[in-house]
Amino acid sequence: MKLKSLLLGAAATSLAVGATAGEITVVSWGGAYTTSQVEAYHKPWIAETGNSIVSEDYNGGLAEIKSQVEAGNVTWDLVDVELSDAVLGCDEGLLEPIDPSILPAGADGTPATEDFLPGTLHECAVANIVWSTIFAYDSSKMANGPTSIADFFDTAKFPGKRGLRKGPKANLELALAADGVAAADIYDVLSTPEGVDRAFAKLDTIKGDVVWWEAGAQPPQLLADGEVAMTTAYNGRIFNAVASEDKPFSIVWDSQIYDLDLWVIPKGAPNKDLAMEFVAYSTATEQLAAQASYISYGPARKSSAPLVGSFHNKPDLAMGPQMPTAPENFGTAIQNDFEFWADNTDELNERFNAWLAG
Amino acid sequence: MSDVANGPVLAADGTPLKKRLSQALFRSKLRAFGLVIPLLLLILMAFVAPTIVFLKRGVYNDEFAKVMVNSQPLLAAWDVTSEPSDEMYAALVADLVQAREDKTIGRVATRVNRELSGTRSMFTSTARKAAKMEPPFKDALIDANKKWATTEVWEAMKIANKTWTPAYLANAVDLKYNADGSFERKSEERRIHLKLFVRTMEISVIVTLMGILLGYPVAFLMSSLQARTANLLLILVLLPFWTSLLVRTTAWIALLQGEGVMNDLFVLFGLAEDQNRFSLIYNKTGSLIAMTHILLPFMILPLYSVMKTIPPSYVRAAKSMGASNWTAFWRVYFPQTIPGIGAGGILVFILAISFYITPALVGGESGTMISNFIDFHMRSSLNWSLAAAMGAVLLVIVLFLYWLYDRIVGIDNMKLG
Repeated sequence: MKLKSLLLGAAATSLAVGATAGEITVVSWGGAYTTSQVEAYHKPWIAETGNSIVSEDYNGGLAEIKSQVEAGNVTWDLVDVELSDAVLGCDEGLLEPIDPSILPAGADGTPATEDFLPGTLHECAVANIVWSTIFAYDSSKMANGPTSIADFFDTAKFPGKRGLRKGPKANLELALAADGVAAADIYDVLSTPEGVDRAFAKLDTIKGDVVWWEAGAQPPQLLADGEVAMTTAYNGRIFNAVASEDKPFSIVWDSQIYDLDLWVIPKGAPNKDLAMEFVAYSTATEQLAAQASYISYGPARKSSAPLVGSFHNKPDLAMGPQMPTAPENFGTAIQNDFEFWADNTDELNERFNAWLAG
Repeated sequence: MSDVANGPVLAADGTPLKKRLSQALFRSKLRAFGLVIPLLLLILMAFVAPTIVFLKRGVYNDEFAKVMVNSQPLLAAWDVTSEPSDEMYAALVADLVQAREDKTIGRVATRVNRELSGTRSMFTSTARKAAKMEPPFKDALIDANKKWATTEVWEAMKIANKTWTPAYLANAVDLKYNADGSFERKSEERRIHLKLFVRTMEISVIVTLMGILLGYPVAFLMSSLQARTANLLLILVLLPFWTSLLVRTTAWIALLQGEGVMNDLFVLFGLAEDQNRFSLIYNKTGSLIAMTHILLPFMILPLYSVMKTIPPSYVRAAKSMGASNWTAFWRVYFPQTIPGIGAGGILVFILAISFYITPALVGGESGTMISNFIDFHMRSSLNWSLAAAMGAVLLVIVLFLYWLYDRIVGIDNMKLG
């Protein structure tokens, strides 16, 4: 009897799957972000297909993928990367091409290629979320807090230390925005030597007050410890500190710099086909919308936006207004220009590091 | 005596004794060598070979030449001053088409971009159009991107084209390698590596000196106490030694940060104002304090083992002959501890010079060391060749200092126990 039901169960599973169950290794950024993916993508997929997922954390960058591919010993099947890394990795032949025709149509029937936001589908990558670099402050310590990026650079009006990510990316854009350059012109100005000088000159005005951070988990900690009065951060991290840990932090959306996170498959991944299936599954309308109830990163599909609800354990905390893509937050938004950074990262890193050490 | 004087001494079976002896010795040598083989192989495979392979990366890079097979001989022959020929343009287009097909264009683009910023997108976007280009290729390329007309791009390609290149080593010491084979100093705002090499030396020297200052009295105390108390002290020294480096570094963050224990105490005792706390961490001070603490056991242990072997009767004898405490210490005791100081000093210095986790966590900007930059180029910018070149420069500096130490103090003078 017992054996029979077990066999029946196995038969039912194999019918549902249509193949024997496999395992893939999915690599992402850890913390609240990976949790949101596990809840919204991994768990339902495992339940539906009977496959299993090994979830690993990393700190971004192409270094690990590059060494795995070049050593011919690829152990990762799917990796969550930033746009610039997706493009670089694709050009260098480190990633498998992903055919957009495997992606399901939106819940409203729109074909995937039209349902995804412009620029979110790439030769080797499929975007899942839109995230953003913003700045935040502790509203319990500052009653009339800053409202614009110019305030961030105004240490006379708002005294106190500033937290910035250690690196030229995002900081140069914010410096120019604070210096009065319009969002649309930022990269044009930054492409000229005078523009770079101007950005560094603006950064010079607060250099002595800066605490530099490197990992995404640091800025909320710096704010909570009172080490900085305001800091740049990834919007999801600040949101999470507010929603899950009841921290009195406020986000300033002025001149937010938004970017994408995308799925990529390293060249020669051991379970490539299964990883493709998972890409298609996890970027479907419902999954992207479900993820948005765990972290405040905007779904990459248009059809997911109306389905975005409230925070998973706080029904009265609507997620819509927390998204970088919400209209009231998006007014002065700057889109991170991966092409500019792919071209100039080396030179600007060198200049930035020399500036820091000097 | 006289009957054996003319022939060689023979063994029992008639072979010359000398031969038998060397055979026997050879066998025992072989056995001894056989025991060493596993370790030797491990060192060769896990240390020597990777080091050589990696150092080679610092002077050898074929990312460009391997892919751009048509352009490679033409660029090598190009004299830099004349206009690039039509043949060179045609070869370039052929290579771009092939590289796009093989998905290697990104590597080429990244390689040239390291020499001239902004060329990456030029290569990838031109490669997309290259398949449809028709002669004259010069005009077609310039149509795709005006910058193909500038000689700068061709010079950058000529530099990238060299497989054996001094460009990375030059970069590691803040020089720029030009297409015509000359070197020049980088512009002021881009010089950084020399500054960091100097700072790395400075921090390592200070950490070593602090280690001697702090470790010497501890080792002296331990060597002069009874065995039981000395062992207790030894455990206190070893306890942090057995604790993870990361844990000790993080503990220093908790102690030294702005709102940390030390600053709270300073405020409590009125040594600092609450609004104006000391910056003890995320700067050079942080690196120095944490590194000195972490490396202290490496100083104390060799000192202790050397001091234990010094018979106390020497100092007593000196005193009995009228030496003051200081003279007895300075003239009799201290010279005998120099091998310990040498061993501890060189251990601490060489470990300190390659520290990178601790400075990364508590060093801020002013406490960053050269290893942090090697790490940066390994993991972030993926410029492994530059990382290798910087590593090579560091290795040369360490070997030079080792040689200097040998000349001044003498390496035979070093004692680890």
